[in-house]
Amino acid sequence: MADTTMAFAQGGSNGLRVTGESDVAHSGPAPKRIVTGYGFWLFLLSDIVMFSCFFASYAVLVGQTAGGPRGSQLFDLRNVAVETGFLLLSSFTCGLASIAAGVRNQRWFQAAMAATCLLGLAFLTMEGREFAGLVARGAGPTRSAFLSSFFALVGCHGAHVSAGILWLLTMMAQVYAKGFRADIQRRLLCFALFWHALDIIWVAVFSVVYLLGSAV
Amino acid sequence: MSDQVQGIHSDLDVAPGDEDEARVGPKLLGYVVGLGLAILLTATSFFVAGTDLVWQPSIPVAIVVLAIAQMGVHLVFFLHITTGADNTNNVLALAFGMLIVFLVIGGSLWIMANLNHNMLPMDQLMRMQR
Repeated sequence: MADTTMAFAQGGSNGLRVTGESDVAHSGPAPKRIVTGYGFWLFLLSDIVMFSCFFASYAVLVGQTAGGPRGSQLFDLRNVAVETGFLLLSSFTCGLASIAAGVRNQRWFQAAMAATCLLGLAFLTMEGREFAGLVARGAGPTRSAFLSSFFALVGCHGAHVSAGILWLLTMMAQVYAKGFRADIQRRLLCFALFWHALDIIWVAVFSVVYLLGSAV
Repeated sequence: MSDQVQGIHSDLDVAPGDEDEARVGPKLLGYVVGLGLAILLTATSFFVAGTDLVWQPSIPVAIVVLAIAQMGVHLVFFLHITTGADNTNNVLALAFGMLIVFLVIGGSLWIMANLNHNMLPMDQLMRMQR
């Protein structure tokens, strides 16, 4: 048994750990961090499946403009490119916050999270202005099936980003008040997964909705 | 630091989002490389969408391929979903999720295109209902 624990402690970073003469140790239930992360990963995948329904409806309805404006007449790709830049950078700063949390550096963590928050808010502001502009031009969600599906899909992503920003501010406050406790670290892991997953969905949004939608 | 490393290394599995690497330098490098690749792929998609340089019917295919490539970059460099033995559970869950996504999107497009194809034009349909 002592052998096993020794080998376990020495186990390198390469997934497979040799445990000497005894068999691979059965260490019982997985640690909470893995259970939590895996469960949240399953939630994210189900969220992505939900988004796929919105994508499917958009793809089916993209040509159904009911005589109204088409995507190529509405979308400003320069605006979308800037939004994409904000979200990509926020994903990067979120990664920096994960690194800072790993080494328990309060100052770098708060700075990276604040940067993530500002970039997310900049994204939401641009999206809100885009939506307001469309509605003002008479291209609101009630105009055509195409626009209904557009607002549903892009709005759903925007709602996720808004929820993510609320979560982000909560995490900043929790880390400030309680420090990098193990339970807080697990929440940070889930938050980082959530934020990066939102970026993946945005990649699909700008490709399918804006770039392909402009061609219709 | 210590209990986090223990959290990562005390089992054969790795939580999604966790890296095997514990040092700051290589971790940072991973995010920088991921950001660089993501920006490159994004810039390429926006360029391809507005260019006359390539054969026009190939553009939608190129955009979809670039998008899938970028999602792969995000998965590997930001979410740390890898093909390592410690990541099998995460990858299997992802594979199942992707199966459902392709069924939903591909199935919807296929069925709706088929229905559109078989349906009478709208004006004739209106005339029949009168």
